[in-house]
Amino acid sequence: MKFSGRSIYPGIIEGECLVSKMGISFFGGVDPETGIIVENGHDLEGQSISGKILVFPAGKGSTVGSYTLYRLKYNQLAPIGIINIECETITAVGCIISEIPCVDQINITEIKSGSMISLDGEKGIVEIL
Amino acid sequence: MKLNPQEKAMLDGKEGPATQKAMQILTTLGKIYGAEKLIPAKSVQIAGVSYDNLGEAGLSFLEEMATGGGKTRTITTLNPAGMDIENWEKLGISPEFARNQNRVLEAFSSMGVNTTCSCTPYLVGNNPNYGDNIAWSESSAVCYANSVIGARTNREGGPSALAAALTGKTPAYGYHIEENRKPTVSIKVNSSLEGTYHFGALGLAISKKLDQHTKKIPFITGISSANLEELKSFCASIATYAGAAIFHMQGITPEAYLYDQPSQSLEINERDIDQAKLIISSKIEDEEIDFVSLGCPHLAINEIARIAEILKGKEVKKEFWITTGRPTKKTADSLGYSKIIEASGAKFATDTCCVVAPIKGRFKTLVTDSAKACYYGASKNNFKTLLLPFDDVVEAALK
Repeated sequence: MKFSGRSIYPGIIEGECLVSKMGISFFGGVDPETGIIVENGHDLEGQSISGKILVFPAGKGSTVGSYTLYRLKYNQLAPIGIINIECETITAVGCIISEIPCVDQINITEIKSGSMISLDGEKGIVEIL
Repeated sequence: MKLNPQEKAMLDGKEGPATQKAMQILTTLGKIYGAEKLIPAKSVQIAGVSYDNLGEAGLSFLEEMATGGGKTRTITTLNPAGMDIENWEKLGISPEFARNQNRVLEAFSSMGVNTTCSCTPYLVGNNPNYGDNIAWSESSAVCYANSVIGARTNREGGPSALAAALTGKTPAYGYHIEENRKPTVSIKVNSSLEGTYHFGALGLAISKKLDQHTKKIPFITGISSANLEELKSFCASIATYAGAAIFHMQGITPEAYLYDQPSQSLEINERDIDQAKLIISSKIEDEEIDFVSLGCPHLAINEIARIAEILKGKEVKKEFWITTGRPTKKTADSLGYSKIIEASGAKFATDTCCVVAPIKGRFKTLVTDSAKACYYGASKNNFKTLLLPFDDVVEAALK
């Protein structure tokens, strides 16, 4: 299955995806020293986003989140790619300064955690392999 | 995106590497979100100030911008730092943290940023007008600026706000454009609300009902009055739990009269508010309480006056932090409130707050009137939290 969306940050990658139905606040919601989701009651609570293609509807909460993504990247714990329904500025800026390929305007309900995905950040193409 | 010759020179590196990097961030955002041009940013608020949040990674980004010759071109203030800049030792902050925090502030200061550290810039001299285009980060302040002031800003991330400061520009998209500020969902509140904690609970209750898949702009009816303190608490909560950048409140916020009520409609009843309070309130015995904090968002002078009134002649039994901006603290000093509060044993944590200070592991519970502080207290610091009315929070510190 192939989806076409909007390019946020370029880069071509392939990997396993981790899908959430909920918004993510990178600051406060993700531990920058472990890459684990720590928000109470989040559907990914306790799971690591490191090395995954992280799929979620949209960012929420703190505007410090861009730096949290940068910090995860610095600690080699960042997701390798991000797919959103609507990528808001906080996540977009985090992807730009951390050089994480990102695409939005994708119908993420078709994507399941654990599937292998390819993502072309430049063309805005996402494919379930 | 169309750039004028000066903007193009910045992008080509003719005004130094920091300005170039800033322009790269802004033009990339402009391209993604379909901005046709850059517009002047009349005011900037930068988040990402506490060393606890930035880490060495974030600090190196800032130092690079500073050594790259970055200089602000518009009024620019900062979010709270990780400590009281003048009084960090008394709050139990380590000298090592203080050293690193000061490196962050020096980087900002060398770029010409006004290092007033507060999440309520509108209370400490960075107060834009209705209709002004600005570039703010700090989720609660963004929501306040758009909704309560009627200024226009997107939810900037810390680095994109800095980029706006160093160029004096922001891309014209999103909430800078009038038609994107239109409400999309009506929310009727069937409950009388009073006080910061109630309004914080309302923010969480609304967030639970909004579809998180698409960003909705609420048009809220049924609220007869709301003061500045209640609105800042509400903004902090709905920004934290729903990622909201703007709402309209009939009869209260300045743009509400421009719009008809959207046909899609939700209701918030007393029960929803009570449930919201329960979500962020654990069962905590009095003797279990080890940390009490007011000032998320930073306190206004009226709130400090109220704390002084309750604490006068009494002694607090718990660690009690009162967080506010430096200019507000100075006002409290000159009005005699600080003396009364400090005589009780309560501590001012000026320039900082319980969300961004490095306090993980130091306390087990947090009692506060702020729904936002409960979110970060639980997730970032692993605290059990209890949401109480403002006066009851002060009383909790006395038990």
